Amino acid sequence: MVEVPAVPVSPLDAAEAVGRAQQSKGYWQRVRTRLRQDKVTLAMAAVLALLLVMVIFAPYFTLHDPYDGSVLRRLKPVGTPGYWLGTDEVGRDLWSRMLYGGRLSLLAGVVPVASALLIGGFLGTLAGYSGGLVNSAVMRLADVLYAFPSVLLAIAITGILGSGLRNTIIALTAAFVPPIIRISESVTTQARHLDFVEAARASGAGVLMIIRYHILNNVLGPILVYATSLISISIILSAGLSFLGLGVTPPHPEWGLMLNSLRQALWVDPVICAMPGVMIFITSMCFNLLSDGLRQAMDVRL
Amino acid sequence: MWVYIFRRLLYAVPILLGVSLLVFALIHLAPGDVVDMLVPPEVPREVADLLRRRFALDQPLHIQYLAWLGRLLVGDLGISFFTNRPVADELFSALQNTLMLALPAALLGFALGVTLGALAAFNRGTWLDKLFAATAITGVSLPHYWVGIVLVSVFAVIFNALPAQGMGPPGFPASWEQIKPLILPVVTLSLIPMGVISRLVRANVLEMLSHEFVGALHAKGLLSRRVLYHVMKNAAPSALAVMGLQFGYLLAGSILVETVFNWPGSGGLMNLAIFRRDIPVLSATILVLATIFVVINILVDVLQALIDPRMRR
Amino acid sequence: MSAATTSHPLLRVDRLTKHFPVRGGLPGRRQVVQAVDDVSFEVWAGETLGIVGESGCGKSTTARLLMHLVRPDSGTIAFDGKTLGSAMSRRDLHRQMQMVFQDSYSSLNPRLPAAVSIAFGPLVHGVAKPAALGRAADLLQAVGLDPVVFANRYPHELSGGQRQRINVARALALEPRLVILDEAVSALDKSIEAQVLNLLLDLKDRFDLTYVFISHDLNVVRFISDRVMVMYLGKVVELGPVNWIYRQPRHPYTRALLSAMPSMNPRRRTMAAPLFGDPPNPINPPSGCRFRTRCPYAEAICAALQPELAEMPGEDGRAIACHIHRPGSGHSRATQAGLAA
Repeated sequence: MVEVPAVPVSPLDAAEAVGRAQQSKGYWQRVRTRLRQDKVTLAMAAVLALLLVMVIFAPYFTLHDPYDGSVLRRLKPVGTPGYWLGTDEVGRDLWSRMLYGGRLSLLAGVVPVASALLIGGFLGTLAGYSGGLVNSAVMRLADVLYAFPSVLLAIAITGILGSGLRNTIIALTAAFVPPIIRISESVTTQARHLDFVEAARASGAGVLMIIRYHILNNVLGPILVYATSLISISIILSAGLSFLGLGVTPPHPEWGLMLNSLRQALWVDPVICAMPGVMIFITSMCFNLLSDGLRQAMDVRL
Repeated sequence: MWVYIFRRLLYAVPILLGVSLLVFALIHLAPGDVVDMLVPPEVPREVADLLRRRFALDQPLHIQYLAWLGRLLVGDLGISFFTNRPVADELFSALQNTLMLALPAALLGFALGVTLGALAAFNRGTWLDKLFAATAITGVSLPHYWVGIVLVSVFAVIFNALPAQGMGPPGFPASWEQIKPLILPVVTLSLIPMGVISRLVRANVLEMLSHEFVGALHAKGLLSRRVLYHVMKNAAPSALAVMGLQFGYLLAGSILVETVFNWPGSGGLMNLAIFRRDIPVLSATILVLATIFVVINILVDVLQALIDPRMRR
Repeated sequence: MSAATTSHPLLRVDRLTKHFPVRGGLPGRRQVVQAVDDVSFEVWAGETLGIVGESGCGKSTTARLLMHLVRPDSGTIAFDGKTLGSAMSRRDLHRQMQMVFQDSYSSLNPRLPAAVSIAFGPLVHGVAKPAALGRAADLLQAVGLDPVVFANRYPHELSGGQRQRINVARALALEPRLVILDEAVSALDKSIEAQVLNLLLDLKDRFDLTYVFISHDLNVVRFISDRVMVMYLGKVVELGPVNWIYRQPRHPYTRALLSAMPSMNPRRRTMAAPLFGDPPNPINPPSGCRFRTRCPYAEAICAALQPELAEMPGEDGRAIACHIHRPGSGHSRATQAGLAA
């Protein structure tokens, strides 16, 4: 029988070895390191952060009250002194409207996705891990919601239940829950049959331990990436709902709403109309690029 | 295989039932008494009660649901609160108008998408591909209804070349007068399918190109054109499937574009119904559109099963 | 063998049975795969029991039944005298018995570093995180991997042999007494396989372990086992000390299996195909003896009656399930001498 050479380890090395093992970096720390090296993603994050600051602290960045309108000042063009982006059709400062509007737009973008993540992630993981009847029930529910294109579902809920920010958030959450259920269920089901989950069960682990150590870290990656790209869709959709008059109601500023009301001014000043759209575009793009960067950082194989 | 198809069709029934339940629930969760929305408050009680009975609003909920479902199945979609005409008539003509937009948009989106995707895949790594990647991500971040507005402002306002809104003379678009108002909305609608398809085709073609059998084909001395044919043939089924789904989205989710262009399609009808709180029209339209979407989904699944035996789960 | 044999076996399996329903098809025509049928055997402390057989014979299912990852339809498992279910809980069983799986890659969570994968078992049983990771470092060293280098590596950064060592370390983390190795070296290159096998032998001595070694590779099983159990279509056909089985196989299936082994000896060239036909369908096994459709000595009695696994008279510790070796069974060759060697 051949002797397996023991790895010669001096007492100092042994201590270091144990120390290294004890500091075993989790998967998420690795992701963070990789993210820190990705220039594009960092740039996007910076832009978003800047936007967030400007929007939250809007009073400090604007000169005028976004609700203060005067017919005398209506539709002033870009570059008017004091109103550098011009005014809207009721005479309100466009720059203020855009910044304050950002609050509602971002809120309507992020909150539905966060709620859908919680609800959908929980239901999907539960369905994937339980299998059987629970799985069928959850997936059938998801299928019924899936039968509607997201726009239609959102319109159904807000159109019938009424407009406003609260219903918009509910509607968009309902639209986003099914795909998240699908992703987390599929990942969980696959992982559940892999040997390492069996090995974990063979170690005597209960359901919670297995989910915490073995399922979550495999599920969170894909759904986080998906959720970030969902935020961009959510912003576009919520603006669309306001555009239809189903979301935020006047006189509150919100990008989609502004897009609609400025449409009437299309024949007078076509440029003004475009601006809220530009904001939507930039924000959405930032989230999309962020999502791509996240996906690359989370890919275990790279 | 037929078992699969049969099972798939059978499975649609509970889905559609679920959809109808959802719409029904939404209607009854709506704030306010339905009748009060119809008539002014001065109206005597007897009239209000009569209306209530007419719309079966005094029965217990499950009876109402079954009655409503029964009416739906025979094609009675209700009467509009506003115009007092059967919803089915208005909806049918509105759907035709939407189809006038959806069909060309689907074809355009598909054609452009396949071309762009294939071009990008075959020219991988070059500036063309990078341009494609940039366009793709831009496309996904743009609100398409905003693009519609921009197109209107450019072509209608600045250049005054195309109409800003409305549908031209009715009937099958044959004359220039009929086609002119179609152009901008169709282009706007085609953007999303084009983006989705081009990304898919590019990924599929790239995957095909990396397969060994393509190398074998090259080694056999086949011309690039033959390779192209083989590659496209393999990439086709999933592209077609996705296109089918996109067509469903176009039919059911056209409301935003129709609002921008004031197009009297199903989206425009919904818009009007929302504005007037015309619940029968709104709920019936939503239901019909969702049903169409489910049907298209099933058709796509069945077609896929017929074409590609591997796709059956 | 270093451990003293005690009065009862470390592991005793009695009439273990597991049938799997077959998916698909219309209800009413449901069929079952008889994966493991009425299997009984014992494992004594300190030995290595090898389990061999073709694919589909039920080896892996047996392993999973032993680990209680799959619930048996009937039969009992007793560890160290205590029956699972009554005297011993599943959790206790898992502390005593662990398993190393075949696919080294899928048995490790791709998102956990090696040390955490190893430490998971102790963590589950209440060991504090620093202590668990410390134990992981010790085990890494024991399996021949430098903890300074390997503790933080991810599965995709390791070779197949290294991953399998990690799997072994993980199995040892709970300090079990018995380790089941389910095709643990089958997927490795030959040279690596030799290293891991030697490692396993070394660990067995060091930690006083008992092994159940499952493989389809007859050479490897011969190298590492003390006793061998041969399975066919869910049943045990022969069981005995390794040298006797390999030098004097008695069951017709064992004989065929062994004569199919390629040999370096030109004098032992295989001339005729030892087995004919395809393995029958485990959904519809043949009546009576399951091997009879491929057995050159099959007779009427073989179709009528299933042979029980019985001790060979005069050969202690050896059991065979074959009518030829049961005097009075009705088989024409069932004499005292049995089959000529």
